[in-house]
Amino acid sequence: MIEFWTEWGTDITEAFWQTLLMTGISLAISILIGLPLGILLVMTRKGGQAENRVFYSIVNTIINVIRSIPFIILLFLLLPLTRALVGTTIGVEGVILPLVVYTAPYIARLMESALLEVNKGVIEAYESMGISTTKIIWSVIIREARSTMILGLTIATIGLIGATAMAGLVGAGGLGDLAYQYGHLRFEPVVMYVVIIILIILVQAMQTFGNVLARRLRKD
Amino acid sequence: MIELKNVSKTFTTGKKKVEALKDVSLKINKGEIYGVIGFSGAGKSTLIRCANLLERPTEGEVFIDGVDLTKLKKWQLRKARGKIGMIFQHFNLLSTATVYENVARPLKLSKVPKHEIKERVDKYLKIVGLEEKKNVYPAQLSGGQKQRVAIARALAQEPEVLLSDEATSALDPNTTSSILELLLRVNKELGITIFLITHELDVIQRICDRVGVMHHGELVEEGSVIDVFTKPQHPQTRKFVFDDANFQVPDSVKKGLSATGRLVSLTFIGEASNEPFLAAITKKFEVVPSILAGGIDQLKASSVGKLLIHLQGDPAEVEKAISYLESQHVTVEEVAS
Repeated sequence: MIEFWTEWGTDITEAFWQTLLMTGISLAISILIGLPLGILLVMTRKGGQAENRVFYSIVNTIINVIRSIPFIILLFLLLPLTRALVGTTIGVEGVILPLVVYTAPYIARLMESALLEVNKGVIEAYESMGISTTKIIWSVIIREARSTMILGLTIATIGLIGATAMAGLVGAGGLGDLAYQYGHLRFEPVVMYVVIIILIILVQAMQTFGNVLARRLRKD
Repeated sequence: MIELKNVSKTFTTGKKKVEALKDVSLKINKGEIYGVIGFSGAGKSTLIRCANLLERPTEGEVFIDGVDLTKLKKWQLRKARGKIGMIFQHFNLLSTATVYENVARPLKLSKVPKHEIKERVDKYLKIVGLEEKKNVYPAQLSGGQKQRVAIARALAQEPEVLLSDEATSALDPNTTSSILELLLRVNKELGITIFLITHELDVIQRICDRVGVMHHGELVEEGSVIDVFTKPQHPQTRKFVFDDANFQVPDSVKKGLSATGRLVSLTFIGEASNEPFLAAITKKFEVVPSILAGGIDQLKASSVGKLLIHLQGDPAEVEKAISYLESQHVTVEEVAS
């Protein structure tokens, strides 16, 4: 055990931090893009507060198109764009853009469905009291949807952790890469098992955290 | 206070056009409780939603306190809506906020000063009798209590008008009664004009001053509750009034009885319901009345008694008995068999 750790400890710790870093940064940016996009989708859809067919169908189609492409292909497809925007296509910096492009539309969808779940009657009640649309979005729709939104973000985060495993292909490192490089290519199965266990714990922890938080926000 | 002028509303879904409201005009006076009754699909829900422009009429004007809402800009409409409270069939409370928060949040969003918010919330929660449940979430409340929170929320805006969209339709009879009592108090003590829609005749009877009957998007009859209730003109109104009065005598029974005499319904208003008319006609004329169904309904302003009777006897005598009853201010109507 100790022996294993002296040999692999630094590699595993480093990979662990890389995974967290990639997940954290891309998650933050994806939320910043995905959440407003989700709100816009809800507002511009038919019968929404700011119905706009053109906007809705364009965004809707783009999201569907991106969501159809497997991450591993997206990673390579975006290489030129990444190079132009970030300056490099390798390392953690190089993988953030593809991860965001992959996750943001997913979050937008999850947020959209969470927001759509909010009781239309409540929104109407607030409209009838002369409350402005902006205030209704913040203080009624988002507040009522918080719990479902948290669960959605949990799902997105776990999906994102999965996607980071492929980041090794562009030299970004991370746990997935470690398991693949050592466990598979260099035939060190123990490393792979350990990485898998760490990933399981990580995902479990995320899900539990999300569930607890969501339950706390839910009052019915 | 509220006036709808030639309001029409057409919904278009694809190529299908549905005329939910056809040229409806009505006027509700300050301080009164006006009810619109109709079966589902009659357009009453669309009608009440036009009163605060939750539904914008395709044609026509909506005046609240003399101001035509349809002509207002968005921000002006928002301000005008502050004067119009609304309650709903399904309460429409925030599920993630406490009772207190549910009443307070709209006030915060409408920029009511902080100290005033607390005052108002406490005041109106007291009026609806829920001050003890302040920190409870809606999920822990009964339907009636939820509606009370919704009423407190609407009242806390200090409106001049309260719109009630089937507010008691999701409640059991006892709870309905207590909510109706509350609405009556709101009307009397706070002087708030109430415009309500319902499919329950009972609601109209108990709290309304005037009533309108909707059928297929049209207001087919209108008047004081007593008039409409005792002398219904339109077939739709008669349906409401007679269905309610337990006059559901099986057709086979009616047929048998009309062979041996006449089947009539009697309606008495107020004091008249206490007089022993049937005893009087048996003494004065050669008729044998038998009671098939009957009851007394308490309206807001008066009580109304209804009887379905069978009059057996010589046709001329029966005719005399009927004339006598009419002379005593009893409304007599032949019941079709």
